[in-house]
Amino acid sequence: MAKIKYIEHNGKEHTVEVQNGLTVMEGAVQNDIPGIDADCGGSMSCATCHVYVKEDWYNKLPKKEMGEDDMLDQAYEPNSKSRLSCQIMVSDDLDGLSVYMPEKQV
Amino acid sequence: MKKTDVVIVGAGPTGLFCAHQLGIIGLKCEIVDNLDKIGGQCIELYPDKPIYDIPAVPECTGEELTNNLIEQIKPFKFNFHLNERVQELTNQNDNWIVTTTSGKKFQTPNVVIAGGVGSFEPRKFPTKSAEKFHGTSVLYSIKDKTIFKDKSVAIFGGGDSALDWAIELSSTSKVSLIHRRDEFRGAPASVQKIKELSEKNIISLFTKYSIKDVKGNGSLEEVEIKSEEGESKILKADYVLGFFGLIMQLGPIAEWGLNLDKKAIPVNTENFETNKKGIFAIGDICTYPGKLKLILSGFHEGALAARGCFKYARPNEKYRFEFTTASNTIKDRLGVK
Repeated sequence: MAKIKYIEHNGKEHTVEVQNGLTVMEGAVQNDIPGIDADCGGSMSCATCHVYVKEDWYNKLPKKEMGEDDMLDQAYEPNSKSRLSCQIMVSDDLDGLSVYMPEKQV
Repeated sequence: MKKTDVVIVGAGPTGLFCAHQLGIIGLKCEIVDNLDKIGGQCIELYPDKPIYDIPAVPECTGEELTNNLIEQIKPFKFNFHLNERVQELTNQNDNWIVTTTSGKKFQTPNVVIAGGVGSFEPRKFPTKSAEKFHGTSVLYSIKDKTIFKDKSVAIFGGGDSALDWAIELSSTSKVSLIHRRDEFRGAPASVQKIKELSEKNIISLFTKYSIKDVKGNGSLEEVEIKSEEGESKILKADYVLGFFGLIMQLGPIAEWGLNLDKKAIPVNTENFETNKKGIFAIGDICTYPGKLKLILSGFHEGALAARGCFKYARPNEKYRFEFTTASNTIKDRLGVK
């Protein structure tokens, strides 16, 4: 279980407990947190669960797998701290993680 | 205006199997899809990815599934209208008038929306200032490459479309290629070619840059690009091309007066009809208690929606349930003995 903070582009914060084994994307969708669309349902086939992660946490997360950066090329305003939230698996280690949502997903 | 029993919006697996079920029960349909090919997400997003949960098919790819579905509906000779989006739905007595982006019109008592998460559209530049140049000098696809001759063209993106066009246009135009990181996802041979052209100063390559602004009085004159560190550069550009892949947008479906729950259309689970008589929704785009976004659920929904269509297409006939194994009528429709 990890407490994850989702921060909308307008600054509004949502903190929820997400079960281990779910993804950060699923944590948002299951809790009706706006700002993460996840059109493809988590198959790394769209880029609509895009989030930014601040440097300290970015380096602690498991590294991106092949293909994630290719999808991020197609995201809305990606930068070097961009991740697809469907590819971040929740575990106790992620307790306290904050993710920042882009202005929009599409 | 063409008359038909059903218009299906979306040629993904759900739309295709619904067409099959319509054919089996003796109805005609026309299938419209905004993509240039049949298959929907299966073909556009994951043609090579294996799928493991199609009943009785232990493993197949999105492309194989699509090809099999196309094969399965071949006997019915239904028409596909690709590269077209259904733009307008208007009610006329007991019929719907369906108008596509190219101006085709259908008259039908039934519309089945099998639109997935919406139609695929090119992802656009985030820059507000780019909007006034959309379609004239800010483009997301190329119809006529001769317009770029002897012009300055700034191409954004790191996939095959961006690389291929950069290479192709570099022989007649002054090309800049801009991408947000050092790695490209295009074919290795194209990446190699781009590097060569860049070394020979035929292409100006800017990696780790993205678009900041476009400027021009009347016509486009320059594009400003920025690095993540905030450094910016100004490039001369008559045209700006963006190749960021496709995104799915609900589009005009949102304007047809249907109830919407987030981006999905609520339906009843008896025949998958929406709040509008004769408009059905199946597959990922529909929602109801217990909805699963699985292809197999879409097949079930399509089979029931097809029976729902029968009622309006043949108001004076009674629908008779038959098995394909036993019915000679169905075998005739399939062209088998």
